Amino acid sequence: MTDTVLRRGAAGRTRVIAWLQEYGVYAAVVTLFAFNAVFTPHFLAVDNFRTQLVQVAPIVIVALGMALVIGTEGVDLSVGSVMALASAVVALYLGYGALPAIAMAVLAGALIGGAGGALVAVVGVQPIVATLALLVGVRGLANVFLPQLREFTNPTLVALGSDSLAGVPIVVIVAVVLTAAVAFLVKRTTFGRQLVAVGGNREASRLSGLPVRRVLLTVYVLSGMLAAVAGVLATSRLQASDPTSLGLFMELSAITAVVVGGTPLTGGRVRVLGTVMGALLMQLLQATLIKHNLPQSWTQMAQAVIILAAVYAARERR
Amino acid sequence: MSGSPVPGGPVLEADGALKVFPGVTALDRISFALGQGEVHALVGENGAGKSTLIKVLTGVYRLDAGEIRYRGERVEFASPLEAQRAGISTIYQEVNLVPQMSVARNLFLGREPRSRFGLIDFAGMRERASEILRGYGVRSDVRRPLGSLGLGAQQMVALARAVQADARVVIMDEPTSSLEPREVDKLFRTIAELKEQGRSVVYVSHRMEELYRLCDRVTVLRDGRVVHTGPLAELERLRLISLMLGRNLAEVAAEGLTKFGGRHHSHAAPVLRATGLSRRHVLDGVSLAVRPGEIVGLGGLLGSGRSETAKAIAGALPLDSGEVAVAEKPVPGGSVAAAIRAGINLLPEDRKAEGIIPTLSVRENIVLAALPRLSRAGIVSEGDVDRVVETFMRRLRIKAAGPGQRVAELSGGNQQKVLLARWMAMNPKVLLLDEPTRGIDVGAKAEVQTLIDELAKEGLAVLLISSDLEELVEGSDRVVVLRDGAVVGELSGAEVTEEKIMAAIAGENDD
Repeated sequence: MTDTVLRRGAAGRTRVIAWLQEYGVYAAVVTLFAFNAVFTPHFLAVDNFRTQLVQVAPIVIVALGMALVIGTEGVDLSVGSVMALASAVVALYLGYGALPAIAMAVLAGALIGGAGGALVAVVGVQPIVATLALLVGVRGLANVFLPQLREFTNPTLVALGSDSLAGVPIVVIVAVVLTAAVAFLVKRTTFGRQLVAVGGNREASRLSGLPVRRVLLTVYVLSGMLAAVAGVLATSRLQASDPTSLGLFMELSAITAVVVGGTPLTGGRVRVLGTVMGALLMQLLQATLIKHNLPQSWTQMAQAVIILAAVYAARERR
Repeated sequence: MSGSPVPGGPVLEADGALKVFPGVTALDRISFALGQGEVHALVGENGAGKSTLIKVLTGVYRLDAGEIRYRGERVEFASPLEAQRAGISTIYQEVNLVPQMSVARNLFLGREPRSRFGLIDFAGMRERASEILRGYGVRSDVRRPLGSLGLGAQQMVALARAVQADARVVIMDEPTSSLEPREVDKLFRTIAELKEQGRSVVYVSHRMEELYRLCDRVTVLRDGRVVHTGPLAELERLRLISLMLGRNLAEVAAEGLTKFGGRHHSHAAPVLRATGLSRRHVLDGVSLAVRPGEIVGLGGLLGSGRSETAKAIAGALPLDSGEVAVAEKPVPGGSVAAAIRAGINLLPEDRKAEGIIPTLSVRENIVLAALPRLSRAGIVSEGDVDRVVETFMRRLRIKAAGPGQRVAELSGGNQQKVLLARWMAMNPKVLLLDEPTRGIDVGAKAEVQTLIDELAKEGLAVLLISSDLEELVEGSDRVVVLRDGAVVGELSGAEVTEEKIMAAIAGENDD
């Protein structure tokens, strides 16, 4: 009797955990949103939404690339520094016009991603070490390119950071488009399927004839390019290039978004929408606590609790 | 079956040792006794319980019942370190030292010479290490990390360490698998010295020559039981092999139990031809050919190079020399993708580690290799995928809640069918099957065997690796027997019998 109850209890608990893994992050975003709608004055104002979304957009874009890398059982710590490098490159090439400058910045991101990917896929360095080296080195490189903050007035670049289309900031539109593109990549393309297979079991993928190295290399290139785009957007919003501080700790925010969004660090799975929700959740949490006049330190501790909860839920799998 | 008297009195004994893991009894109340100053061979096939026995003797596992006695007293080692301190050293197949630490530190790990202030005396340690290792033919700088040495040299360090540790018992698990002949000689001399000093050695190996050269007595394990123990010299090689494989010689002629049909006769030109496959320490000039519609068995004991041969043909194992050709067209070596393009597909031995992608569904696992063929411009055609998945799930009777179920949740037999489907979806010319029925239930086993038979009838060339002799004999049209990475015999037609295979493995035809 007690035994059955216990067993039913355990089964119920497993079901709850499984549900939390799938939908926990959505539930948390909805809950927090509802809380704010009721208790936070001016929360439902359009301006507030715009501010929140514009702030979270670069994190979302970087986190998309991070989710791909984590899906292959890797990690990319270089993203923050790649943002800084992109920022410096944009400022340097702005003389040729905004679009060539942006193209150069994204190319720089691709090159750094390629370097990290080559270290991981060809040389066989552990991802955390390979990209840690880049985290340090690329920030230095960005500072060499542009030793101090440089403001700019290029109208195209400024517009990219501050204009809206039909009331939606361009920055947010870019993030939405990239999210859709990455979701398509993961769900519908050969490359996306191979990516999760390599993350799920690299040896089996190799023995099934998958181009394991090429997949790994490409994933880091994509992460570098997405980080560069985020760097360009952040720069355009600041209307200044600041390689010393732009993108600092961005790798941690991105990893947090991915983990909270339910992508396991052990690879073999990529949750694109979950990652976006993870980024939104952390942003919303921060906004909530600030609006209720709680100090920054509280935000950090609350974020820590959420990360632990996400990791705990992931741990219960199988 | 009862033990012969233990020479010199037992130094280490297991009595009624029982060790159960979920789903399997690894040691079924076995008794084992190691005499003082003897070299004792411990043999058995995969899953016989050798490793488990070693692990309970050295404190890695605790017994569920029974007891271990060391020098006459009951012991319960809490850890390998404790066993080592008591005088039981183990040299594992994979070197169990710390690769990042220096050679000298590894040699003295846990018993470093101390200076007057209780600090490690590094200078003295290095000096002594160099001196000791020179005796083992290791002349590298002892300050280098152990991991930078060759595998053979690492084994010699492990050996030196075990011997230095004043061990009364040294357990060696396949110590020669990565050694050069010169190192093997040194190992054998060391074992002889240990014996002279009255120390005891447990020697695990599949190499018959070594066993008969070194060992005084033998214990044969099978399915967690001791099936024989006694002086080795009195035991014929063929008898030893039949004990290991569990085949009663008189029984061999009896009717088979597998689901394989009759023989397939084929006189077509071979579709797969492998010539002189060689890789240092692993393969030594293996050549074989398989005709379309033919099932060629690959026989031999564990570690004889069967899996390595299959992997080499599939491009998954780099070779020093040798060539693989499909329909007389050479296949570029060292590339799985090239082998697959040529029509060679490998069903790997270790389903979990090398086969399934546990995080993905049955559907994604089936089409994994075929994805590029089911895509247009890099975008997967879901309709084509569904058709392929449905076809093979029906044909192979894969039991799953649906194509979307995670493959990790399936039974072993159904996982194996998923992997077979993955390769059948590629329309292969050559199928390499490494232990296709290991660890799956009887029903699934019969289904897989029937399927292999059908595939051969449809004109596929099949290379079948199996530790199950019965399966090998009934499934194969021809059997190529390997020993120590080389082909030592080939049997065809009426010669394909368990007795002949065992004789070839034992090397009784050699002269």
